[in-house]
Amino acid sequence: MKIIKILAASAAIASLSMAANAHAGKTLDAVKAKGYVQCGVNTGLPGFSSVNSQGKWTGLDVDVCRAIAAAVFGDASKVHYTPLTAKERFTALQSGEIDVLSRNTTWTMTRDTSLGLSFTGVNYYDGQGFLVKKSLGVNSAKQLNGATFCIQAGTTTELNLADYMRSHHMKYQAVTFDTSDATAKAFDNGRCDVLTSDQSQLYALRTQLKNPASAVVLPEVISKEPLGPVVRSNDIEWFNLVKWVGFAMKNAEWLGVTSKNVAEMKKSSNPNIQRLLGVSGDFGKMIGVSNDWAYNIVAQVGNYGESFERNVGMDSPLKIKRGLNALWTQGGIQYAPPIR
Amino acid sequence: MADGVTDKTPWWLNQRLRGFFAQALVIAVTAGFLAFLAYNTQVNMQARGITNSLDFFSQEAGFGIIQSLIPYSPTSTYAQAFLVGLTNTLFISAVGIVLATLLGLLVGIARLSSNWLVSRLAGAYVEIFRNTPLLLQIFFFYFAVMQALPAVRQSLDVGGLMFVNNRGVYLPRPVPEPAFWAVVGALFIAIAASLWLARWARRRQEATGQPFPVFWSGAALVIVLPLVVYFIVGQPLRWSVPHLAGFNFRGGMVAIPEFTALLLALTIYTAASIAEIVRSGIQAVSHGQTEAALSLGLPQWRVLQLVVLPQALRVIIPPMTSQYLNLTKNSSLATAVGYPDLVSVFAGTTLNQTGQAVVIIGITMGVYLTISLSISLLMNLYNKRVRLVER
Amino acid sequence: MAYVLKERHPDLPPPRSEVGVLGWLRRNLFSTWYNTLFTLVTAYLLWLALPPFFEWAVLHAHYAGEGRQACAGGGACWVFIGDRLPQFFYGFYPAAERWRVDLGFALFVPLIAYLHLPRVRFKLWVGAFTLFVYPVIAYYLFAGGVFGLPAVPTSQWGGLMLTLILAFTGIVGALPLGVLLALGRRSSLPVLRSVSVAFIELWRGVPLITVLFMSSVLLPLFLPTGVEIDKLLRALIAIALFQAAYIAEVVRGGLQAIPKGQFEAAQALGLTYPQSMALVIMPQALKIAIPGIIVTFIELFKDTSLVVIIGLMDLLGITQAALNDPKWLGFAAEGYLFAGLIYWIFCFGLSRYGLYLERRFHTGHRR
Repeated sequence: MKIIKILAASAAIASLSMAANAHAGKTLDAVKAKGYVQCGVNTGLPGFSSVNSQGKWTGLDVDVCRAIAAAVFGDASKVHYTPLTAKERFTALQSGEIDVLSRNTTWTMTRDTSLGLSFTGVNYYDGQGFLVKKSLGVNSAKQLNGATFCIQAGTTTELNLADYMRSHHMKYQAVTFDTSDATAKAFDNGRCDVLTSDQSQLYALRTQLKNPASAVVLPEVISKEPLGPVVRSNDIEWFNLVKWVGFAMKNAEWLGVTSKNVAEMKKSSNPNIQRLLGVSGDFGKMIGVSNDWAYNIVAQVGNYGESFERNVGMDSPLKIKRGLNALWTQGGIQYAPPIR
Repeated sequence: MADGVTDKTPWWLNQRLRGFFAQALVIAVTAGFLAFLAYNTQVNMQARGITNSLDFFSQEAGFGIIQSLIPYSPTSTYAQAFLVGLTNTLFISAVGIVLATLLGLLVGIARLSSNWLVSRLAGAYVEIFRNTPLLLQIFFFYFAVMQALPAVRQSLDVGGLMFVNNRGVYLPRPVPEPAFWAVVGALFIAIAASLWLARWARRRQEATGQPFPVFWSGAALVIVLPLVVYFIVGQPLRWSVPHLAGFNFRGGMVAIPEFTALLLALTIYTAASIAEIVRSGIQAVSHGQTEAALSLGLPQWRVLQLVVLPQALRVIIPPMTSQYLNLTKNSSLATAVGYPDLVSVFAGTTLNQTGQAVVIIGITMGVYLTISLSISLLMNLYNKRVRLVER
Repeated sequence: MAYVLKERHPDLPPPRSEVGVLGWLRRNLFSTWYNTLFTLVTAYLLWLALPPFFEWAVLHAHYAGEGRQACAGGGACWVFIGDRLPQFFYGFYPAAERWRVDLGFALFVPLIAYLHLPRVRFKLWVGAFTLFVYPVIAYYLFAGGVFGLPAVPTSQWGGLMLTLILAFTGIVGALPLGVLLALGRRSSLPVLRSVSVAFIELWRGVPLITVLFMSSVLLPLFLPTGVEIDKLLRALIAIALFQAAYIAEVVRGGLQAIPKGQFEAAQALGLTYPQSMALVIMPQALKIAIPGIIVTFIELFKDTSLVVIIGLMDLLGITQAALNDPKWLGFAAEGYLFAGLIYWIFCFGLSRYGLYLERRFHTGHRR
């Protein structure tokens, strides 16, 4: 009896695998079927993705996940979050553990080409900087010869630092931690002289110090760090969806559509706005969702500018200026192709 | 009648046939399951555009590692980074095993001491550290103890030679000059000579019954001979003393806090278990043995050394082996505090930079399996030797 | 003849130095010169360590107040623990639903208590209920989504609750598998034996964190697309498989201690292999293996803390999270001491329980 059961079970599993494999690559269908987006986020980085004591996730990267859910389901809350450390993130996406990775991840050529993954755009233009204690009396990264650096394992930061120090003929020591929390705590306790990471992170981590005023961010930016959501390369439909969710948020900001005025904007005579909000055209259908997809995103998550200000900008403890991340119309480089 | 019974046994009750079928089934299920996994992996990897390859080993790693026992720089290859991780794992495991054994032996014997205070203290030590998770102890030693040490500029100064701060423990480092090799040679000669002395003394004692102070003469030989050579060749050893320069101490040698915290936790945690093993091993030796030895007029410590411990070893070795294995595997918790061991450097940073998850996790597990099996093998050999004493 | 005593002289009291406090001290602390030395050194070390600790943890500690302002000055800040207490126990489980967790564990207590009453009826049934039915009830109680209970995803489970779930499920899964593996390793069939040996050695040879890492991020690669297993469940399976290998070795030790005559006698009675195993060999082997199984269980309980590395918020994970709260930085010692104390209570309790069982089952083997 037992034998028959085992045989039957393995046969069932095998046939299941055949059936399932026929659908390989249809991430959107799978997402719709299970009823939520599985989104990989940072284990805790204020402003980008952090969880409060009620277990609620917030942040710029989290908003990407929520916007995708809003586009697919019309409900921004249909997201399940998988907190990932830097070194787990690509494996989790490759293996199919998550549907999209939105975890302040730098777009590099290697990652875009050899991991079987594709970046869908940039939701934050960043660069690597240095955070030091004021008491050290350092005001330029050139003075950091012989210093000890705290960094996070598995990031581009590790590589950039090595490059920078080598090209400036400086010696250094790097203490590598798993999470940004541990990195910040070690820096705070004086384990290292310098915390190096993407500048946005430095501002975020600085708020976690015992005395945030005791540390300063040095002026040098030693690398380009375009951060954005990542999906698997094998599914162009899902790739397009995630890509255009990002563009929709930026287009909404450009058109002045906010979460507050989005209902009235539906009556707007501007054809750009009409196309964005699904009043005219069939743009939702093109990416496999309903035509009011962008309406739902803006109504429930907000446009790019709102999300930025709320999470990392002037309305947040981080107080980061828009800078490069302003729209192209305002001196930044955030740009979105037109919806038409 | 008996014959009749065997004749009538239906074929499905035949022991051998049943065994055969059961085994065929186990093979089929196991192979099927493995094939199922392999097939899925292949399909999934193909669908996701991931390829397995070992090419990355020869590429430049490009990241720094804070502690390495072999030459390493960010321009080294991933293969060298792998070796750094491996040697760091082996290093902390080896040091941990030695220290945990010593501490465990000490506490285990202390627990049986007739001194009330000592035995109670040893008992409290065992109960506290054996009953809390290792990871918690690692976190505690790292975040609550190591990082609470003074900052670099306020270092604890021990005689201007040793400095303790939250960047590590800085010690003077001996810098041997070429002539120093003569001293090392002398040391080896002295060790060989004292080993020969021990053999000779044992033979003489067996033949004539006359004892010889092997320990003291051997110790004298090992200490005095290299010292004499050292002074003859003109003290060919300098010391590099750590001194504050710029951000950190320069010179000397340093035990980084990640290493110290992990080593402390591994040692203290494992020693608590070893102490219990030693205690029960000693208690397993019949009390009559001790009494007999005492009545022969042997002093207390000789009784322990010659009668109790050799017998206790037989009981102690097998569980001790699994403690050593545990310690080695537990050293992989290094990743939690940033000590660059194999898991942290290879299955962490390297995996992330190259994306070769399946290959790298496979190799990592293979390495640990190899280490574990090697330790098992060594300890089994030793166990056989100890067991031969039994008559 | 007056100097001859007529009656027995009453016993003299023993010398002052041999009885009472003095005698105890002499025998236990100052019996020889080196014991005296040990005593003095140990006492000095304790004197260095204990009073400052006591002052920090009790005398100068802060117990009440709001926020970290309440903890100005030296001394331990227990206010911090108090502020986070619900999280230590329930993780991010919604506050309004916590009664379900309480109820779930409250159900468990009478079951275990009943199983420990000597000589009561239906023990087998109650045991089976505890092992097979109770986990299902508890699961639906915790996860919700049925009978009008709001669903609580496993990602919100945390704290001590999660630690206990991991430990209980881990042992329930590991025990039967471990017994099967032990039988497989002792089997006379070479294939069965080598498969069991390979399984056991493989799991015993690799660190748990690599196994957990595999289960948390690599597993979907080995499964057909679309097959999803909850992250918590995967961690549970990994822990159970891992510990099963250790249980197998402990049970094998028990099996080896059973004389061959027992098996031969069982066969002579006409019992089949399963019958002789279930009725004759296993009860004896398990009885011998009980202390080892309890030790393995304690190891399992401590090992559940490793799930923090794959991002599950068990007791240690919640402690780490609490220590990273910007409002409460700098109370690492308090946090770890508190979490350590909880772990210690459970592990120490278990080890005492193991000793008790050892004594209770020590029948028939006494010499």
